[in-house]
Amino acid sequence: MKKTIFVVAAILLGAFVIGATDSVQLFGDPGKAPMDDYFIANALQHRSSENVVTSIVFDYRGFDTIGEAAVLFTALCAITAFFREGRKRP
Amino acid sequence: MRPLSIVVRTGCDLFAWFLVIFGSTIIIHGDVTPGGGFQGGAIVATFLSLLLVAYGGKKLLAWANIGIFNGMLVFGLLVFFLLGFMGFPHSFFFNFLAVPHEIAQATGHGVIPPSGTIALMDIAVGLEVAGGLSLIVLSMFKGVRLFREEHFEEESGHDR
Amino acid sequence: MIGNAPFFVVGLLFLAGLVAIFMEKNLIKIAIAISIISSGVNLFLVALGYRAGGTIPIHYLAGEETLMVLPTPQAMTLTAIVIALATTALLLSIIMLVYRHYGTLDVDEIRRLRG
Repeated sequence: MKKTIFVVAAILLGAFVIGATDSVQLFGDPGKAPMDDYFIANALQHRSSENVVTSIVFDYRGFDTIGEAAVLFTALCAITAFFREGRKRP
Repeated sequence: MRPLSIVVRTGCDLFAWFLVIFGSTIIIHGDVTPGGGFQGGAIVATFLSLLLVAYGGKKLLAWANIGIFNGMLVFGLLVFFLLGFMGFPHSFFFNFLAVPHEIAQATGHGVIPPSGTIALMDIAVGLEVAGGLSLIVLSMFKGVRLFREEHFEEESGHDR
Repeated sequence: MIGNAPFFVVGLLFLAGLVAIFMEKNLIKIAIAISIISSGVNLFLVALGYRAGGTIPIHYLAGEETLMVLPTPQAMTLTAIVIALATTALLLSIIMLVYRHYGTLDVDEIRRLRG
């Protein structure tokens, strides 16, 4: 009895998830993207960098990179603090 | 962790340092080819993982110098923040070293690349990610050793 | 549905990870299922930025063409992958501490034992 309820619920969940991701847009046709057209047209002239993705990560959207460096450093501090050897109390 | 057999150790000897060179190439050429700081830093961090798997834990902890990885991490983060704060009268994170494309093609290149702080930040973030991920691997291995004692000198995988 | 094949695969990956989180009893398998979900989401992000007939968004390798794929989702995915790596490392460290304290990795047992 429980197993049939699980199977039916799994199929319903599957239908919802696949229906949701399938109906966002047609593959290969994102519509209008004015911000990306500005980046592609102006990254070479104003910043003189040939890699548009790197210039987005470090120059046009540098705040996200600072946040990510902060997350990496915080995770490192937490992991080092977990595995410390304690001192023997006298 | 016990060391693996002589075949694995010889294979590790042959190409462990090439991982560092390959990762450094991807970091430095981040301006021209796909890649950049984060991807190259993750590749350099696999150098320590390969040594840990092939040689065992005791030899690695005696050989690895934690001060180098600490220094790489702190140096990378400080250079990154310094380059962010230096453009301050205009705004935070202003690319104050960039040269526009027409002038760069006319007068030739110098020591600092014409894309300015993008290339310098690439190297700083690559150093930081490489040092940070290596420190994570070392700390997690030390945590495994804390609550289990076993023989560290014999090789593993032989039939008894 | 065949033209939208990448989105279909993303839906399957997400579904597999979600069902595994509900059904599994071992903590390490739950951590692996979380990693599968994050892989599916990163694939979704990159597949959303594809223009039919576009080329790589690097001027050095593209040559003379001017129709490029969208570069912003690729930049977002870089950040997302590194953050997922940091949280996976933290999750595995917490699982190690739980094992040292309780002696077992079974989800039902951890709920019942005290101290």
